[in-house]
Amino acid sequence: MRIAVLVKQVPSTDKVKMDEETGTMVRSAMDAELNPLDLYAVEEAVRAKEKTEETEITVISMGPPAAASAIKEAIAMGCDKGVLLSDKVFSGADTWATARTLSSAIEKIGPYDLIFAGERATDGETGQVGPSVAAQLDMPVLTYVSKIREVNGARIVVERAVEGGHEVVEASLPALVSVVKEINEPRIPTLKGKIRAKQTEVPVMTAQDVGLDAAHAGLLGSPTRVVKVFYPSLSRNGTIVDGRDPERAVNALVQFLKDKALV
Amino acid sequence: MKSTEGTFQSVWTLGEQRDGRISPVSYELLAWGRDLADKRGTTLASVILGYNLKDRVNTLIEHGADIIYVVDNPALEHAYPDAHAAVLEKLVREFLPEIFIASATTYGRTIMPVLAAKLETGLTADCTGLDIDPETGLLIQTRPAIGGNVMATIKTPKHRPQMSTVRPRSRKPLASDASRKGQVIVRECPDDAYASKVKFLEFIKDETTALPIQEAEIVVSGGKGLKDAKNFQMVHELADLLGASVGASRQAVDLGWIPYSHQVGLSGKTVSPHLYVCAGVSGAVQHIAGMSSADIVVAINNDPDAPIFRVCDFGIVGDAIEIIPILIEKLQSQKATSPK
Repeated sequence: MRIAVLVKQVPSTDKVKMDEETGTMVRSAMDAELNPLDLYAVEEAVRAKEKTEETEITVISMGPPAAASAIKEAIAMGCDKGVLLSDKVFSGADTWATARTLSSAIEKIGPYDLIFAGERATDGETGQVGPSVAAQLDMPVLTYVSKIREVNGARIVVERAVEGGHEVVEASLPALVSVVKEINEPRIPTLKGKIRAKQTEVPVMTAQDVGLDAAHAGLLGSPTRVVKVFYPSLSRNGTIVDGRDPERAVNALVQFLKDKALV
Repeated sequence: MKSTEGTFQSVWTLGEQRDGRISPVSYELLAWGRDLADKRGTTLASVILGYNLKDRVNTLIEHGADIIYVVDNPALEHAYPDAHAAVLEKLVREFLPEIFIASATTYGRTIMPVLAAKLETGLTADCTGLDIDPETGLLIQTRPAIGGNVMATIKTPKHRPQMSTVRPRSRKPLASDASRKGQVIVRECPDDAYASKVKFLEFIKDETTALPIQEAEIVVSGGKGLKDAKNFQMVHELADLLGASVGASRQAVDLGWIPYSHQVGLSGKTVSPHLYVCAGVSGAVQHIAGMSSADIVVAINNDPDAPIFRVCDFGIVGDAIEIIPILIEKLQSQKATSPK
């Protein structure tokens, strides 16, 4: 089986700091890492490889040259190789243009039987790129997958975590599967894996390499425009009471809830 | 589609159904859509796909729609993304709506990106604000990113329809008005539009009757400060008493006290309840990212410097393990004596 995993490099979440004054996230001094929700997609791909003979996993990412390190994180977990889509004309892409770039690359270096993606990236939080790639490649998309019951070269049976329960569906391959966190517990890369990742070269593909016109990539190829970005203040200046006298503190809380008509 | 490809008008909302019953999010969307349509001086239409629902769509008119487009076919009973998007694509290309919004549910967040890709237009995810630019008439879409720490305003200047998904429960439905009149248009599509590579096998209903945290009016969350799984039971008890759903910090989930579906935060779920109560949650920025849009926040934590106190409306600096049982007791006696 040929498997692809779509990943994104995002600002590192465990190094995020909060601005004391405004209560907003400080973005400078943030390290970058593989999107935490992509780890589940990588793990699921590696598990599929372990169960199916002659399976190869390619990690694909669009991003700046530094994003190669996110691809290497995935290789350290057991993926075979990676491709980085990096070009100045890719920058400023919205989800549509990102998906267009990824699907153009897949048309060049594919086909794949199965494409994995995370539920969403922890920075943009759209969750739109996976379904959009599937649509552009004209393959079925299975979103919010919480369990793969069965997969072989021709079909896949999954459970999808939807409102109120789990929907069990089957799809023919090729298909794109986006997974949620409850699907597995991602492995920690072994030392051997890390060494292999370090030694693996990640080739870079440009717009020309993927056969994409600059007009369809990056900001130029994006139907949406961000016209304003602002940082809402999260601080609420609430009432804080001392709990050393718990009875009194709880009475004050109950009164607060009553005043707000909550109890 | 480029805006120059035709005359795009009217606002559309994507209705949702399960088992032929219209989901409440469909009515919430109509409240958003009504505002937009009125500001644009145009009609509001709701599109709904499914099976055996033709006779039930009048409630959409009662909640604000002028026109209902229904495609009622056994092939659409389940939310197959390829078939649903193909049918929607046909309708959009025929009627050319200017704006098309859906709820950011698993359905909307799956169908809309597929549809936007097919239509070659923009889609803005999980909006918390929608408005019309008075000068250009364009849809102004406001959405949080990085868990609400950053807000972005987004437009789709040259592509149509302008598409967004809207965060569920960010708006109350309009009051139902049985006297409202509207038009129901039932459409059929060519067979190829109904074809899907996906097949429904079964639905496994959640055993719990509690609402998923994203949909709950009240969420009670517990964190590491509760010290063990046994103490975490207090959170369930308090939640039951308040009619709340149970949330948790990442640490509580990682410690195995509660499944991941309850995790609030950047790598979990974003909640926006009316009341958010958290016990033993310090309020790491990743957690705050998932709950900062709650209307009212109550925090109980023993560390006076915990960041959660900066984002709460009422805080108790104290040991949650000691405070919660007293709170439960007081709320119980309150309930017993309350006239209702």
